[in-house]
Amino acid sequence: MLPLKEKDKPIIQKLLVAGCCARCILRFCCVGVQSAYRQPEQVTLQEMQAFVLKGENEKVQDPAAAASTGEDNNSHDAAEVLEGPPCKRVKLDPGDHADPSEDEKSNLGESQVCVACLGILQDLCGTNQAVKIADTVKAQKYEFDSLVLSISLPAQLCVREHSCWLHVKKEVREKGLVLDKDDVIQVKEAFKWIMQSLVAKELGGVAVVGKSGFEVGVEFTHPETDSDCHFLAKVCPDCFKPTKNKQSVFTRMAVVKALEKISDDKFLKQYPCPPARPACSCVPQDVQCLHVSVFIAGRYNKFCRSLPQTPWLIDGERRMESSVEELIAAPILTAFRAGGFNFSSSGREDVDVRTLGNGRPFAMELQNPHRSRLSKLEMKELQETINKSSDKIRVRDLQIVTREAMGRMKEGEEEKTKSYTALVWTQRPIQKEDIGFIDEIKDLTLGQKTPLRVLHRRALAVRQRVIHSMNARYVDDHHFYLRLKTQAGTYIKEFVHGDFGRTKPNLCELLKTDTDILELDVESVDVDWPPAIPE
Amino acid sequence: MDSETQKDTELEPPSIIDRYYTRWYRADMKGQPCEDHCILQHSNRICVVTLAETHPVLQNGRTIKTINYQISNGCSRLNNKVSGKSKRGGQFLTDFAPLCRITCTDETKYTIYSCIRGRLLEVNENILERPNLLLEKPSTEGYIAVILPKFEESKSVTENLLSRKEFESIVSKRDQQPQAS
Repeated sequence: MLPLKEKDKPIIQKLLVAGCCARCILRFCCVGVQSAYRQPEQVTLQEMQAFVLKGENEKVQDPAAAASTGEDNNSHDAAEVLEGPPCKRVKLDPGDHADPSEDEKSNLGESQVCVACLGILQDLCGTNQAVKIADTVKAQKYEFDSLVLSISLPAQLCVREHSCWLHVKKEVREKGLVLDKDDVIQVKEAFKWIMQSLVAKELGGVAVVGKSGFEVGVEFTHPETDSDCHFLAKVCPDCFKPTKNKQSVFTRMAVVKALEKISDDKFLKQYPCPPARPACSCVPQDVQCLHVSVFIAGRYNKFCRSLPQTPWLIDGERRMESSVEELIAAPILTAFRAGGFNFSSSGREDVDVRTLGNGRPFAMELQNPHRSRLSKLEMKELQETINKSSDKIRVRDLQIVTREAMGRMKEGEEEKTKSYTALVWTQRPIQKEDIGFIDEIKDLTLGQKTPLRVLHRRALAVRQRVIHSMNARYVDDHHFYLRLKTQAGTYIKEFVHGDFGRTKPNLCELLKTDTDILELDVESVDVDWPPAIPE
Repeated sequence: MDSETQKDTELEPPSIIDRYYTRWYRADMKGQPCEDHCILQHSNRICVVTLAETHPVLQNGRTIKTINYQISNGCSRLNNKVSGKSKRGGQFLTDFAPLCRITCTDETKYTIYSCIRGRLLEVNENILERPNLLLEKPSTEGYIAVILPKFEESKSVTENLLSRKEFESIVSKRDQQPQAS
């Protein structure tokens, strides 16, 4: 039996006449018993009508006879009702609505599209929909333990809800002193109560829960009544300011805000109460599946002097055929069947710089992965796949990490040290003894003006950076290898060639001759994240 | 390390200008004979204004008395400040905007111009203390100013300038003319 009380009767009567479906009436009666919504709508309607009739003298024909028309015919029927001749007469409360045509429309009762939910809690809420949702999820072959069902409703539903609320406000408040609009069960809520278990069943018992990393979204639109919201823009223009990324100013948020502001009187003057009857039900849009991102971390080596870290575009055209991030990402995206990625790393090297040693820490966000769990063994295999795919790069310590752990890579990045080897050219011929003094230099502080090389994208500033130590290895009378251990963020190339005197001191000054850098290798990036994984 | 490149560099010294910049020229600036300017445009569109080696300041063993970035009573290029990635606040320059005036010890005076449209990012304050930098290394440490052309004008700003080849042919003609007359 429906958990209805005597005081619900006037609410039920008014809303039946207004053209509300049985489930919406339960909502306005503030019925919070989920099972009441899960039983077939026709059954609920019959029980509801029986309940109202109990103790009443008026004779009422059973409107259930007109029920159970197929869902495909539903909108068609409703349209016919609007145009066609009156059928059976139902009189629940003749005093309430004097307009005879209004009564005629309510004749078919439940076979009409509900004025409040626009069909969402009627035919759009049942096994058929659950099958459709489950089929979409299955087709996309996601791996998941649980899912959360989300629902997006047309904004005008708020306007209609408000109109219905004003229609029965008095009766609802009489039912219980503390009851208010917030106590009316939301369409969304009722939809989920009904659908969660149905979808779970169709997916073979997967938990459909309130919170999950896997979200399945259903969206409904109702073009017929889109203009329901328009009067609000005149009453409350502040709430509907156009912004760049919005298709329409009538977002759900804006409509809710406007409805909070508008007085009942104003609303009633501009919008019918109860709302006008729609000809057809909402249109369900494509089911959208979205899995939360998975985060991957590791370290990479780069062995090639013609490989950029990220795709290099000039005037929209590619400069190099590949990049570190693409070489790493391709096998990972395949393994996780992800839709996209964001690559970040602890600093970056130039296209002509190699990264040797233990490599550079990197992390990747994998968006909408269809697979989110790989075992340690599978991760190791994935790492091997990457390493076999190209000899330009190599990856180690590949692992799944949390979003929070990714922050560890960036934090304190500037305090970390990095080691480099540079091949230096000198204009003046040198002897071994000429470069010996370099090894003695400790903690040399540089003032580096933003290098001209990056000045187009970085702010102009003089940055203090420390070279902790250096070591020079003589090659010939114009060349030597310079090893440097520096604070992260030191621009090595500019330290060597001086950048038009904008890095001071620079190697030209130290050696009292023009110097240039011919090759550069990153030997180590001393960041202790991600944790090493033993080979 | 590739031994080939090593040999090459011994024959021809490496040059950061050749590696990263394109040279553009303006000859006889504002009709003043031989007052040639050289603009180094980096592949990232940043431009460095320098004196061409043929500029009178660098000829006949002249030495510099003063370099003045105060180009009028109301405007000093030294007051230029830019902030943030977008370089807000920098003075916007057109082709013929003066950057500084150089007075040589022989009392000859020269005005150096921007040559390109763009935002002034910085002027070279090092040459104020050490004017010899300008004489010794006119195309690197002795630069005059750094200018950032508008993104959409990064190609067109150099349209009115001469390529290195065009400039060299002008200079060689110039060299021949006095001999002919």
